[in-house]
Amino acid sequence: MNYTSFNKNEEFFVDMQRCIGCKACELACAECETNGQESLIHVNYVDRAATVQTTVQVCMHCDDPVCANVCPADAISKDENGIVHTANTERCIGCSNCVMACPFGVPKKEESYDLMMKCTMCYDRTSIGKKPMCATVCPSGALFFGTRTEIEEMRPNSTPVNSFIFGKEIVNTKVNIMMPKGSTELIIY
Amino acid sequence: MAKLPVKEENIVKHFGPTLNYAPKDGYVGRDEPDEAVKTHCCFCGMQCGIQLLVKENKVVGFEPWMEFPFNEGRLCPKGVQRYLQNNHPDRLLSPLKRVEGQGFVPLDWDDAMSKTVSEIQRIQEKYGNDAFSMLSGVSLTNEKSYLVGKFARVALKTKNLDYNGRLCMVSAGAGNKKAFGLDRASNNYSDLEYAEVIIVAGANISETFPTLTHWIWKARDRGAKIIVIDPRMIPLARTADIHLDVRPGTDSALYGAMLKYLVDHDMLDHDFIDNYTSGFQETIDAVKDYTLEWAEEITGIDKNKIREAAELWGKAKTSFLLHARGIEHHSKGVDNVLGCINLVLATGRIGRPYCGYGTITGQGNGQGGREHGHKCDQLPGNRDIENPEHRKYISEVWGIDEKDMPGKGLSAYEIIEAIHRGEIKGLISICFNPLVSLPNSNYVREALEKLEYYVCIDFFLNETARHADIILAGSLQEEEEGTTTSAEGRVIRIRQAVTPPGNARTDTSIILELAKRLGVKDKFTYENSEAIFNELRVASKGGTADYYGITYKRIEDEMGVFWPCPEIGHPGTPRLWEDKKFKTPDGKAHFNPAPYKLPGEVTDEDFPVILTTGRVVSQYLSGTQTRRIGKLVDQFPEPLLEIHPKMAQQYGIKQRELVKVSTRRGEGIFPANIVETIREDTVFIPYHWSGKKSANQLTPGTLDPISKIPEFKVCACHLEPLKEIAAPSKESTAYASV
Repeated sequence: MNYTSFNKNEEFFVDMQRCIGCKACELACAECETNGQESLIHVNYVDRAATVQTTVQVCMHCDDPVCANVCPADAISKDENGIVHTANTERCIGCSNCVMACPFGVPKKEESYDLMMKCTMCYDRTSIGKKPMCATVCPSGALFFGTRTEIEEMRPNSTPVNSFIFGKEIVNTKVNIMMPKGSTELIIY
Repeated sequence: MAKLPVKEENIVKHFGPTLNYAPKDGYVGRDEPDEAVKTHCCFCGMQCGIQLLVKENKVVGFEPWMEFPFNEGRLCPKGVQRYLQNNHPDRLLSPLKRVEGQGFVPLDWDDAMSKTVSEIQRIQEKYGNDAFSMLSGVSLTNEKSYLVGKFARVALKTKNLDYNGRLCMVSAGAGNKKAFGLDRASNNYSDLEYAEVIIVAGANISETFPTLTHWIWKARDRGAKIIVIDPRMIPLARTADIHLDVRPGTDSALYGAMLKYLVDHDMLDHDFIDNYTSGFQETIDAVKDYTLEWAEEITGIDKNKIREAAELWGKAKTSFLLHARGIEHHSKGVDNVLGCINLVLATGRIGRPYCGYGTITGQGNGQGGREHGHKCDQLPGNRDIENPEHRKYISEVWGIDEKDMPGKGLSAYEIIEAIHRGEIKGLISICFNPLVSLPNSNYVREALEKLEYYVCIDFFLNETARHADIILAGSLQEEEEGTTTSAEGRVIRIRQAVTPPGNARTDTSIILELAKRLGVKDKFTYENSEAIFNELRVASKGGTADYYGITYKRIEDEMGVFWPCPEIGHPGTPRLWEDKKFKTPDGKAHFNPAPYKLPGEVTDEDFPVILTTGRVVSQYLSGTQTRRIGKLVDQFPEPLLEIHPKMAQQYGIKQRELVKVSTRRGEGIFPANIVETIREDTVFIPYHWSGKKSANQLTPGTLDPISKIPEFKVCACHLEPLKEIAAPSKESTAYASV
């Protein structure tokens, strides 16, 4: 039984080439009542000495989330909308298995709470039909939350990719990375 | 009064800047606010729509406003955190007076007003009306800007009123008036979407107007070619088709060479030039020797890149040219602007869909604030204070005798110079922090020392206010109703979300009370902000900035109205010049010769390095507001000296090493940030900080002869590494890796 008004047609798209490193997403994410003023999205310089290029890392919400798979306390769950939730505070034992296991480096352990915290795709907002806060405020369109039709119309030169190759492992995700037109996968190594 | 009444650390202890962070769980009531007030950000000229969440007369958070057409919910870090300026521990809650040895102590309003009025009268009786001056700010709404202009001329009866837009948009304003007879960006930003080529000149859009980035890249997705002109590889330049890394102070040489290229290769719109413009021949005569080779030598840009840029611009069918402070903060800022306009006029790409031109106004009300009469040479409606007809019209609106209307006064920096000369003895300022934002800040500080009386209206005790005799606790943007005009020329509504806390008062009520005590109450009777706006409408009627057809109701119903809007039924004007009827005396757009001239200060043996200044994404102007918001400070805790690895090697400077930067005006010490994203002959320092961290200790007071804008963007400096590595900063990612 689904009691939410989560819009299943809307997806999350990340376009690194548009990131301007402003951190509006980080500051907006931290505003959420459940985050204790910590941001669950992270913007980093690639190599500030050489370039102003920044990357933005948000939870990719994997189809088969390895963070949940390795959790000994069964604190991480994936729901029927494909959202991989942050650690259940009553279960998380702060072991950092998920931190080590995530191929995208997303979960962070918040030492002061002895708790893993990560993005839930703004479940408090998306479950009532709103867009995630980071994608709402992003001033440059590096983060976008909407339908595939919208993104195809808006970004005719890019293709959303949600299949990532890590050696012999293929990780499929709910979140898409915008890649040059025609791409089907992103080979990490 | 320049010497502080107590040590600076005592003032900082009581009045900040204190870093305000939201509570871990957010403010009480954020999840169940009493209301969400649809208003606009208090910072830059984009004036993004935002909803402020209010609980029990306190701003407790924000919610994106998705329906506002310009930003559709998008915000920059400053916008996200702007609500934290409310409920701020540094907020001034009552008037203050300076007491030697004690600092600033509260006093009641009646005493503060009486003292101020008696000092104004004493100084004016002794030295003449013009010896009392006023400095205003463009963070003020249109209503307050209008009120300040009227207050200075009718109540203070001084000609010496100017505003901090003098440090921002005046070069563009003067250039626009010369070329078009009207001072406004020619288009709203939706015209960017299908432009084939976009030139962004001297505008670090991604850091200073982040929400505009979306529109530029929307165009790129439609196939637009982007040309960025900037000495630094700014975020927008990173993916630009052409980045012209111009040597600071040589912009006009670049535009001149591009214009010559267009002429030589006949990439001109002859029909437009012949029928709708004047001055073409003398303008191209002025650049006849500007070959690509010459331009390469002057600007330091590879001539092939200049050719490519000129080709792209010349062959495009639609285009948009945007510029900002990078080309305007010069002793030839007006020439730079005219050089840009010449490129637009030569190709005739203006006044039609997806063809546009405009300056990007920096301050919140940078556009509206330069239209309603708090400039030294201006009356409401962007009228000229020296024009007899204009004077007559406004005198009638104000109910005064035209001969009592003061004439043209001194500009902001000239007021500082006049204080030094002993011609100006008193000052009242509102929303302006000249000690940080004016160039040559040591000279500014000395001027404050020479004042007999200085009264400041503000909501925080900024660095300049620390030198005041009396401080009148004023209001934040969200504490008064009003309107502003965004960089697009869209007049929008600022809503009152809360009332001023403690004994603070609204800026409007303070000015009205002063006017009453100065004996002109009958000229200043307004029930509310709307009443002031309605008078502004009448005052602007028939002027180039005509707001007559705009009403509060219309603004709310239509999500803003674009001026000029001369009649109630008029739809407003999002795109100017569709009728090709320009506002110049001959009705034509004017080409203006803009030959290359040297900047006010060039490098030499003693000062061999070019210094330029600018901004960072998490800070705003003099930092009065943003240096008080914790996370914005954490993002950029201090100004860094950006320097290219080659220059760093030449001076033996290591990453994060403290470097003494000296110019003919002062010196400051800054940690080095060694990055390849800047020209090899140029260093960069952001200017938002005060005291020893102030970039404006170093900048010169050279002024543009027309616009009187100071030359913030180029001077000569000397570098001396101090053999000491600065302590790691809280936010290490702002720096290059060691």
